Amino acid sequence: MRARGLKGIRGLAILTALAFAFSFTARAQEGSQENSGVTLIKNATIITITHGRIEHGSILIRDGKIADVGASVSAPADAKVIDASGMFVMPGIIDCHTHIAVDGDVNEGSLSVSAMANIKDVLNPDDVDIYRELAGGVVIGNVLHGSANPIGGQTIVIKLKYGAAPDDLPFPDALPGIKFALGENVKHSNFGGPVPRYPDTRMGVEETIRDAFTRAKAYQQAWADYNRRKAAGEQNLIPPRRDVQLEPLVEVLEGKRYIHCHSYVSDEILMLMRVAKEFGFKVRTFQHVLEGYKVADEMAANNIGGSTFSDWWAYKMEAYEAIPYNAALMTDRGVIVSINSDDADEARHLNQEAAKSMKYGDLNENQALRLVTLNPAIQLGIDNRVGSIEQGKDADLVIYNHDPLSVYAVVQKTIIDGKTYFDRDEDIARRAGLAKEKQELLEKAKNEGKPAPKPAEETKPEKKKPHEKSKKSKKPGTAPGFSGMVAGGAR
Amino acid sequence: MRIQKASSVPRKFAALLLGVCFTFVFNAAAQNESAPGAGVYAIKGAKIFTLAGTPIDNGTIVIREGKIAAVGANVQIPSDAKVIDATGLEVYPGMLDPVTQIGLEEVSAVKATVDTTETGEFNPDVTAATAFNADSAHVDVTRADGITEVLVVPGAIGGFFGGGGGSVIGGNASAVDLGGWNINDMVIRRDAAMELTWPTIAGGSFDPETFSFHRLPFDEAKKQYQKRVDEISDLFDKARHYGQAMQSGATNFPQDLKLAALARVVDGQEPLLVIADSDRDIRHAVEFCEAQKVHMILGGAADAWKTIDLLKKDNIPVIIGPILSIRQDEDDPYDAEYTLASKLFSAGVKIAFGSFNTSFSRRLSQYAGTAVGYGLPHDEALKAVTVNAAQMLGLDDIGTLEPGKVANVVVTNGDLLELRTQVKYLFIKGQLTSLDNKQRELYERYSKRPKTATP
Repeated sequence: MRARGLKGIRGLAILTALAFAFSFTARAQEGSQENSGVTLIKNATIITITHGRIEHGSILIRDGKIADVGASVSAPADAKVIDASGMFVMPGIIDCHTHIAVDGDVNEGSLSVSAMANIKDVLNPDDVDIYRELAGGVVIGNVLHGSANPIGGQTIVIKLKYGAAPDDLPFPDALPGIKFALGENVKHSNFGGPVPRYPDTRMGVEETIRDAFTRAKAYQQAWADYNRRKAAGEQNLIPPRRDVQLEPLVEVLEGKRYIHCHSYVSDEILMLMRVAKEFGFKVRTFQHVLEGYKVADEMAANNIGGSTFSDWWAYKMEAYEAIPYNAALMTDRGVIVSINSDDADEARHLNQEAAKSMKYGDLNENQALRLVTLNPAIQLGIDNRVGSIEQGKDADLVIYNHDPLSVYAVVQKTIIDGKTYFDRDEDIARRAGLAKEKQELLEKAKNEGKPAPKPAEETKPEKKKPHEKSKKSKKPGTAPGFSGMVAGGAR
Repeated sequence: MRIQKASSVPRKFAALLLGVCFTFVFNAAAQNESAPGAGVYAIKGAKIFTLAGTPIDNGTIVIREGKIAAVGANVQIPSDAKVIDATGLEVYPGMLDPVTQIGLEEVSAVKATVDTTETGEFNPDVTAATAFNADSAHVDVTRADGITEVLVVPGAIGGFFGGGGGSVIGGNASAVDLGGWNINDMVIRRDAAMELTWPTIAGGSFDPETFSFHRLPFDEAKKQYQKRVDEISDLFDKARHYGQAMQSGATNFPQDLKLAALARVVDGQEPLLVIADSDRDIRHAVEFCEAQKVHMILGGAADAWKTIDLLKKDNIPVIIGPILSIRQDEDDPYDAEYTLASKLFSAGVKIAFGSFNTSFSRRLSQYAGTAVGYGLPHDEALKAVTVNAAQMLGLDDIGTLEPGKVANVVVTNGDLLELRTQVKYLFIKGQLTSLDNKQRELYERYSKRPKTATP
């Protein structure tokens, strides 16, 4: 919001109203596309992911689900028809590592074990980055806590239903997760808080995690003992004191919560696998995992997914041996691999990032597209519902004007549960109206005799520097770019 | 980020580690196979995009003594040429990344490997080529994706340590090619452009020392901005007077290295690369350059679509910042970055794409390709990663495939801008140049790892 140049509460109020007016307009638009009926997408090249490509194919959507898909599909006469001649339809993109839709900072960075913090509590469905990512074909995001803690906060899988109520964002029945992190960010190698904090080495990172699970096991045992004795009819028992830091770790031990672990170098990846074995828990995915190619066999043997970047490297010492062949090499060794964004910029073109795995490491077309569709669905345990175009699955689809593996492909429509959340033509069509509306509001402010907001003369934070690969600040008072890095959004 | 207060022990350790890495890279970097200019090559059967005319199907290009000797559909292959059968392949001029910090930074978070930004606001006398690390792993990695020349830009344009240091005039950006044993082999022009990061009215800044954000009221921020702009004006005025004094033959004035360096810019001998993103900053920068009568190149230019008329009127060429980064305001169109190139081109503004980065320099073709998806003609996108930037910088012998030009040539297995396209051969200054690099080597090494792991 561009409110910083205005003085006085009135001016702020006007601008706030203005901002609201815009978001309402966008939402009204979205609401108008409500379609709980039947939709037929026809004449498209359909990339099913699981059953090859269908030329001139059709998809029938009923009640938000894919009712039928094939070369010829029969549809009721009153079905809404989307003619996708010359277009390509693929499953909506699933981003296994995102920090959008979060209200405020993503990292409770004060503690080495911040398992009590929960991203679910701070979901913001009005984050404009949701809309920007819809425009990049993304339909689902694994919203993670930051990476400043060996054991970080709880995480949540959401559908990018821009403007929905916060409670409507979470993916129904998807297992929740918890963010772990290893290496430079947790040992504060490249930036530091005002106070030194354990751990300072990768050795200490291991012990932080071992200590936490030692306590979690004792806590789990205390409750088990209590429940056993209570069940046996003992009287006057005092239950163990509830520990919200350890509860999520007990859920991990009991297989009710996934671990998504930020990691870079091979030794720390092996470390967590060792600790997991010691305490009897599973690691669901290694995130970033830029040296995953060095220990891909071990990851495959332990059935741990790898969610990585396409071609990022050298931004930190631990990223110096990152190679763009990582996704392909891990895939070749039997690891389920996804490519994630970690970043609102990168999420807008994950199809492009997937395509690079054909250049670097020679994956085939379907393997490449799996990296951003079915594979992240498997990693998040939601592949029975999404990730491919199959009868009975959620109608989460993206329509491109070219093959999505081409750099020239532009998203035309993004559909979640059968409902269109992004439509390029409609977006373009409403721009003039929005500009007019903004101008009118500015005029109105002027006519009320208050200092009119002059777009050319207001303070705004410095534009995000192109190099800064962190979340763009949209709020006054946060440092552009750098905040995400320091606050733990750093990759 | 200030580094001085950090413990020196880990840094030394990191430096040690880097030393190990560099040794490894150096060994891998068998650069060019022969002495400069020795080879004679003929690439035949390819589709050749000269960018100086329409593409030539089934054409031949002859390289001799570092230069392009001939190119066309009916070119005689010299008897002494090594012939490369490029049937089914495509040939392009090597790409030029006109804003990068390759060679000045290795690992952006490790200060000891970063030489991007000098202390202080005004450093027109420093020169990027001086600190260029020819053995950087970035050199080999970047050229393997078809980038043969770069403009290495000092200053606050990038890097973990480079931004926010208060740098205004970063120094002389140096044009270098990416094939050679040291900077002397690689430098094309040491002082190809002077970098100036236009100040901005900032609502505050983040101080990593105290881990806090310092806000500034608008009036105060504007005052600071104006003060900084006045300082720049003052410096340019002084440089003009200094240049006049030098030209007059006078010797009785104190020598000043900074003014001497800037005098070249004021004099029009060296373009001024002004980094500005917001429309307000762009407007002010253009007004300033107009008043100072300097040859301006605009870099970054996120909001340039709001200032097209001005850029067109003053004939300002634009190096567009990385279009895949979000650089828009909240109520800008979602595709503002993607459509920028097309809008500028349609209005007749000369454009080039820049990475404004080191490790993402190799994304240059991706930026251009994405812009094609949003309306930029394909041939113009090719020019915007090759010849356009060369022209902006006055580097007349690179950027196209024409007889007499330096033979910086890329041979690919498909459309240069497509994501899956691989570079098959690379020539820099007429020499067949290795595509090996640190990353390929690691890939090959770990591809060969025996499958032995158990849970």
